[in-house]
Amino acid sequence: MPKKIGLYWIVTIALLFASLFSDMAYATSDAFKENIYQVKMLKPVDSKLKVKVGSQAPDFTLPSVARDKVTLSQYRGKKNVVLSFVPAAWTPVCSDQWPGYNIVKDTFEQNNAILLGITVDNIPTLFAWTNQMGKLWFPILSDFWPHAAVAKKYGVLRTDGVSERALFVIDKKGIIRYIDVHDINKRPPLEDLVAALEKVNQR
Amino acid sequence: MKKAKGFFLSFTFVLFVATALSATASKAPEKGETLPVFNLPIPKSSAEKAYLGLSGDGLFKIPQIKAKVVIVEIYSMYCPYCQKDAPGINELYRLIDKNPDLKTKIKIIGIGAGNTQFEVDAFKKTYQVPFPLFPDKDFSIHKACGEVRTPYFIVVKNNEDGSHQIVHAQMGGFPGAQPFLDLVLKASGLK
Repeated sequence: MPKKIGLYWIVTIALLFASLFSDMAYATSDAFKENIYQVKMLKPVDSKLKVKVGSQAPDFTLPSVARDKVTLSQYRGKKNVVLSFVPAAWTPVCSDQWPGYNIVKDTFEQNNAILLGITVDNIPTLFAWTNQMGKLWFPILSDFWPHAAVAKKYGVLRTDGVSERALFVIDKKGIIRYIDVHDINKRPPLEDLVAALEKVNQR
Repeated sequence: MKKAKGFFLSFTFVLFVATALSATASKAPEKGETLPVFNLPIPKSSAEKAYLGLSGDGLFKIPQIKAKVVIVEIYSMYCPYCQKDAPGINELYRLIDKNPDLKTKIKIIGIGAGNTQFEVDAFKKTYQVPFPLFPDKDFSIHKACGEVRTPYFIVVKNNEDGSHQIVHAQMGGFPGAQPFLDLVLKASGLK
């Protein structure tokens, strides 16, 4: 009897794992061909936030793919800012996030917002990867060196050295108004970000 | 012990069913096959209902669309190639729409893999898509279709007897409206 029970456990656990893995879902665009590195389900969140809604957004300056430098505080008094951290170039969900933001520029503009895309990858990697996305209207910033310094400041650096899939909405005064440290395995629905942006813009 | 055995058996069975239901097809739908089984919501818009020849509320299956041929595009608002192809697919719709002989015979729909209704609406608005688009928020249709890369085109021929068959399928590589229409006409035997 114990042997049989053991078998039931093995089958049960195997099926449980199978159903867990089936929860990771994404659609890879043909634009990336076979170049997307497949990853397994990851721990949904693997960091501890160091900022909160209502607090001043830590300032930073990062190099962009367009070969200039972008400082968060340069938008102070001018624009709301959305920071979109994604974990890594050439991975499944990340490759299907910014291209969507790229076709709703008008939504960001209507809400007086700029979008800053950030990863911990270096510039050449980001250059090659974002080139597959078409011409992006927003800056892509590299938080590569000192490694993930900005992700660390915000508390969205995972223990394996990549950032969370996280969204921050910062108002014109530089105050954080919305934080979504999303399950790294899933793309945040656009409507949640747009609702947060509209709320900030109405203030 | 019997109780424990019963519990394990039931638990295993439930998990098996749950896994089977969320199962990912091992391959994409291909020519000569039938479509994977899935339902779509009947559109609320009366214009879209009329376009598809559907009425009422609830769900429908693609072969219920009143047309000889249905072109299905599995796309995503987050997919650069789907964005690039969008004007060309709109042109395909117009080519069909302005041809009185084809207008009632060929219909186009899009299924947004992993896209919410809001995201489908955003894509529709950005590209002024004139045909119905459906959300596949939880990727269930995308999974049933073997998690194809997007865009993926499936041309379905509805037969007189109610059966249907995939007469053409391709990943990406949209060749432009007229060449694609020629391909659809040839594959479906409409020409």
